[in-house]
Amino acid sequence: MRRWVWVALPLLWMAASAGPVHAPSGGEGTGVSLKEVFGVEWPGWRAFGEVVMLKKHNTRVVVLSTCWLGVSAGLVGSFLLLRKRSLMSDTLSHACLPGIGLAFLLATAAGMEGKSLPLLLLGATVSGTLGVGWVMAIRNTSRIKDDAAMGIVLSVFFGLGVVMLSLAQQVGGSAAGLESFIYGKTASIVDQDYAILKWVAVSVMGVALLLQKEFTLICFDEAFARSQGWPVHALDLMLLLLVTGVTVAGLQAVGLILIIAYMIIPAASARFWTHRSRVMLVLAAVIGGISGWLGASVSALIPGLPAGALIVLVSGTVFLFSMVFGSARGVLKQSLAHRRLRRKVGRQHLLRAVYELREEGRASRRDPVVNGPVAVEALLAKRSWTRTKLMRLIRRARREDLTEKVTPERLQLSESGFGEAARHTRNHRLWELYLIRFADVAPRHVDRDADRVEHVLGSDLVRKLEEELDEVRRERPLPESPHALGDPERGGA
Amino acid sequence: MNVSISDSAAPSHPPEVPLAIDDLTVAYHEKPVLWDIDLDVPEGHLVGIVGPNGAGKSTLIKACLDLIPRASGRVSVYGKPYKKQRKRVGYVPQRESVDWDFPVSALDVVAMGTYGRIGWCRPVGRKHKKEAMEALDRVGLADYAHRQISQLSGGQQQRVFLARALVQDADLYFMDEPFAAVDASTERAIVTLLRELKARKKTCLVVHHDLATVAEYFDWLILLNLRVVKAGPVDEVFTNENLKATYGGTLNVLDEAGEKLRQLKGARE
Repeated sequence: MRRWVWVALPLLWMAASAGPVHAPSGGEGTGVSLKEVFGVEWPGWRAFGEVVMLKKHNTRVVVLSTCWLGVSAGLVGSFLLLRKRSLMSDTLSHACLPGIGLAFLLATAAGMEGKSLPLLLLGATVSGTLGVGWVMAIRNTSRIKDDAAMGIVLSVFFGLGVVMLSLAQQVGGSAAGLESFIYGKTASIVDQDYAILKWVAVSVMGVALLLQKEFTLICFDEAFARSQGWPVHALDLMLLLLVTGVTVAGLQAVGLILIIAYMIIPAASARFWTHRSRVMLVLAAVIGGISGWLGASVSALIPGLPAGALIVLVSGTVFLFSMVFGSARGVLKQSLAHRRLRRKVGRQHLLRAVYELREEGRASRRDPVVNGPVAVEALLAKRSWTRTKLMRLIRRARREDLTEKVTPERLQLSESGFGEAARHTRNHRLWELYLIRFADVAPRHVDRDADRVEHVLGSDLVRKLEEELDEVRRERPLPESPHALGDPERGGA
Repeated sequence: MNVSISDSAAPSHPPEVPLAIDDLTVAYHEKPVLWDIDLDVPEGHLVGIVGPNGAGKSTLIKACLDLIPRASGRVSVYGKPYKKQRKRVGYVPQRESVDWDFPVSALDVVAMGTYGRIGWCRPVGRKHKKEAMEALDRVGLADYAHRQISQLSGGQQQRVFLARALVQDADLYFMDEPFAAVDASTERAIVTLLRELKARKKTCLVVHHDLATVAEYFDWLILLNLRVVKAGPVDEVFTNENLKATYGGTLNVLDEAGEKLRQLKGARE
């Protein structure tokens, strides 16, 4: 449950804050207005609300289209990302261009309306598929690798597309507007297009969810999938078909240059919030949907700003936010976890060093180890830490009430601190013993390895260790260090 | 019909032979990697596949599993072509062959072994999850079931792969270097598991690198270097001359292995 709150809250925050920060209504007092800087008029809260809440019919069609598109692109993009074929969608979209030009030319030559959308999209599908097929052919028949093959096909097809478009412009004046497929033009979306888009999105989602198990399998371990008899090629083709569907459907709204962002950014953002592929799919769909919704809304509000670019900017913002704050792999979480671990390690080193000094200071080995003062100099000699670092550790230990009676020369642990030191030293030695008994490590080399692993040791494992080493438990509560204390190089004392 | 000469000429194999390879040749870009492999592996043995780097050990496994194209040859599993016997074959790929950063848990990976039984488009049910859980328990990783796989150590990852093969409940297992770069406790766990499988009459083909442990872990051996140098029970095959024929001039390895061998034989007597 709590995990979902982690995921949902930032998204809500994004949704709430992606709107305008200042609404300069009567903004004389503030000095600079949006209009002066960017040459655009900020429409104000009410207009924004109307668009986002889908009050107007025209904007509703556009916003819902991009939203549906975002949902299905996020879903398919996740698989593409997991299959490590992200760039495939870029190749595909660029390879659509010659098809659009050719479809227009052929239709015009046949005396039909050149700019009929279904015809153009059909052309796009055919040439896009051809482009991807060519990539596969290059990869399978020569030693040229994926990335190079995609680069070749992408640029050649795009070049061909540009030639086709200029030819189309020379043939008939009605070709104007074809280039909107390059950057996208949401304003041209009408009810009919919306119906197509919705249908594409729903079927893409249906297939993606139905084949989720199979897609995940081939993304994770293709060889194993094939050994089990899954038709990996057919599944790849199916995935490609879904990508083609989303790409072609999205050409009009987002444009062929930016559609790759639509596929990848939501999926990559979602990965920062979860370690589970199913959650990632849902999240990517949600992020894609929200980006489409907000981007298209802003574009509808501010005339002249293209929706495709805005959508990408919104999802780019989500990505940045996810990268920093992501609850599974976000940079912040990772660095916090690292800092916590470092502190824990430092604190345990200090406690153990103090404990071992007290242990060494006993008159006889039979005496119990009791709390008492130790010299800072002796601590310094115990490990390879600098004086500054040791002092920092001691200061922190004092803040945590682990110590009492600290002077620059001596320190003494508090009762609770000493208890923790004894417990921790015991853990550490159990682990050392475990390594010696079960992992064939020479005792002399144990200490350093144990230092690293002990901080991962939970209480469960310790209990298990105790069971496995029950003779140790029978002997006495705290086993002696298996290697001589002090300088490990010096050997037995 | 697509019947080649070698197919029609190949002898038929009785259904109790887990793996029979006739005339197998594999080539990458016209360079032969495996040459004329003929092999009959008997049931219920732990079979080590041993040979120098580039000898085609992994290739042999992959060719048996139809993962790479064969230039010629026939592979039959329990008397029938592999394609008809997939359910009786389990596969443990090399650990490095997948991206361990993938967003799935250990349990998810093990459950992949049941996908073949689940079939198309149906989700992983409670029954299959339970089977996966039991397999994880058998490799000692029940406590790690819900960890994301990148948070497991190398040895644990290898055991996850083994658990996935176990849950396939196959009769013939192919394992590609399961002992590569694992810790000592994992190595022991794998050996225990292999012996369990053997006790249940399963057959395991294991690509192995460490000559020092060959005689201890396996009871059948395939010495491979582009061709089968020798195959048979370890006692007969694991000799100095055969190793020399397999490894050629790499004397260091040989001397070490020979030394180990003498020690082992001395210990047995």
